[in-house]
Amino acid sequence: MTTTDAPPAPPRPRRRPGDRIFAGSATGAGILILVVLAGVAAFLVSEAWPAVVAPAEDIPGGDGLTAYIAPLVFGTLLAAVIALLVATPLAVAIALYITYYAPPRLATLMGYVMDLLAAIPSIVYGFWGIAALAPALVPFYGWAEEHLGFLPFFAGPASVTGRTMLTAGLVLAIMILPIISAISREVFGQAPALHREAALALGATRWEMIRMAVLPYGRSGVIGGAMLGLGRALGETLAVALVLSGSGGITVNLIGQSNPSTIAANVALKFPESTGIEVNALIASGLALFVITFAVNMFARWIVNRRADFSGAN
Amino acid sequence: MVLTTALATSLSLAACGASNEGGNSADSTGSAEQLSGDLVGAGSSAQQAAMQAWQAGFNGEQPDVNVSYDPVGSGGGREQFLAEGGTDFAGSDSALDDEELTQATTRCGDAGVFELPNYISAIAVVYNLEGVDDLNLSPATVAGIFNGSITTWNDPAIAADNPDASLPSTAITPVHRADKSGTTKNFTDYLDQTAGDVWTAGVVEEWPTGGGEAANGTKGVIDAVKAGAGAIGYADESQAGDLGIAKIKVGDEFVAPSAEAAAAVVANSDRVEGRGEHDLAVKVNRTTESADEYPIVLVSYLIGCIQYDDQDKADLVKAFAGYVISEDGQEAAAKNAGSSPISDELRDQAQSAVDAITAGA
Repeated sequence: MTTTDAPPAPPRPRRRPGDRIFAGSATGAGILILVVLAGVAAFLVSEAWPAVVAPAEDIPGGDGLTAYIAPLVFGTLLAAVIALLVATPLAVAIALYITYYAPPRLATLMGYVMDLLAAIPSIVYGFWGIAALAPALVPFYGWAEEHLGFLPFFAGPASVTGRTMLTAGLVLAIMILPIISAISREVFGQAPALHREAALALGATRWEMIRMAVLPYGRSGVIGGAMLGLGRALGETLAVALVLSGSGGITVNLIGQSNPSTIAANVALKFPESTGIEVNALIASGLALFVITFAVNMFARWIVNRRADFSGAN
Repeated sequence: MVLTTALATSLSLAACGASNEGGNSADSTGSAEQLSGDLVGAGSSAQQAAMQAWQAGFNGEQPDVNVSYDPVGSGGGREQFLAEGGTDFAGSDSALDDEELTQATTRCGDAGVFELPNYISAIAVVYNLEGVDDLNLSPATVAGIFNGSITTWNDPAIAADNPDASLPSTAITPVHRADKSGTTKNFTDYLDQTAGDVWTAGVVEEWPTGGGEAANGTKGVIDAVKAGAGAIGYADESQAGDLGIAKIKVGDEFVAPSAEAAAAVVANSDRVEGRGEHDLAVKVNRTTESADEYPIVLVSYLIGCIQYDDQDKADLVKAFAGYVISEDGQEAAAKNAGSSPISDELRDQAQSAVDAITAGA
């Protein structure tokens, strides 16, 4: 065998205790997160199980678990989608302005302010939503019902308190705005200078340069940021519990007084006074949220990986 | 604010203690000797403000006793109390049901439990309607509004209750609790008993889905009613602030919520039958005809064992429960939480239950 004739392998680097401790603790941390996740999943499944097998009339509402969770899933997705639709274009525009349009000193300041937005606790957004945004939107809802009532989203009757699905979606949009714009800012800033300068040298305007060199490069980053934001919007609890009047079933009417609640808000509102099977039903809805969030993350990962091949990065 | 209330309570206690020294040991069993130890309770969040007043007041009487109360909610409070080695007492917006009573014999032995209606609070029907300062509502109208069948303020049913008012055509926004709550349970119990043909959703802690606006907690309901023109909701009378409060039809008259009327309806209601001697669970007479009584009330209970394993624990519970139902205790709660002090008659019954608390043989 040739291997025996090969010159002796270079001496294995001596592993110092520090190395071993570091490697061990890093591995441990990696395993820990998997164990925690598995533990949470196991807890959710085992606690949700009694609600899954319980007779339909024992579940709150009396029509079984699916009928109980379905409007909540719908409300959760609807609020998150509204938030995403509003926040993503805005966040991209902010990020582009900060990276390519704003004077450097203003850009630094704006970046700082955006990061600050992310640090505001969600209950503050909730209070702002209920005390300032909701009342301010009431006239708009009345107007929308009158003039846009042919659209199912504005079918009305319009809420007089403004605590609607659209308000909740807008509050969520503002909450996830800093996440999306921070990540977009990072990737836009990293767009290769060669590409940008080449575009400009070929006579492109600044907008054309952005469209040709920056946006394709940053697309996967924007999508990743949007999915992170979506994750936060799906799980947001307090702000929604405060703002949303969640008292109804599935409806796409965004400006009415009865809206489907969201999973997280519903758990927060109902858990304190719940006992027995009701708790299991709430945990089952939590399991549904867990699965949804997981699916969203997998989907985001898939998009980011797929898009990476087409972006300007290679 | 809590501090000043606590100070005021302990001051008034000191004053009362002095005047009570001559005798009348019935309601001062606690202050006869100095106790020490921990007393742990959990339960109704509706009782929380009152409980803070009781903790402060009792602390003035028994400085070495540490009473803690976790406002986890009525259901959780009952569960924790009934569990093996559970809390010493529970506060609950509803009395134990039959199943829980069976569990209670395991927890407390054959002597069973006491359930004292220690917290009575009128639930006001509050509304926000410009130009209408007085509003009368009959039970069927209230039920119609809250089940969504009456949708505008100038509906004939409302007009029939208010012949003199000029009612606008504003749409009605009924506001209900988004969380599970004893207030909702008592309110729907009232609707169910007085207007069962209109209100068909039964007695529920969690508002049936469909229709109306949902708001979180008493404060949320009040805020939503304040914010919405034409909104109407139900909430603790003490929290109503400057909102309009509807008078409710009782017998032939329209009655506004008040502490006296709320206490009166509980005092004149029958006890739930088939329970232990010291189980004062009340079946509130929602269909009363007496204009001195206001039938939409929340009754919350102090629940504990008649017999504790430990003499010290029995003494502590006895002293604390005695304070809670005492005139001072009820007055402190009224001041801090806006509740209705229980009637003297009810106090006598409750006192005999407190006197029965012993340590197990």
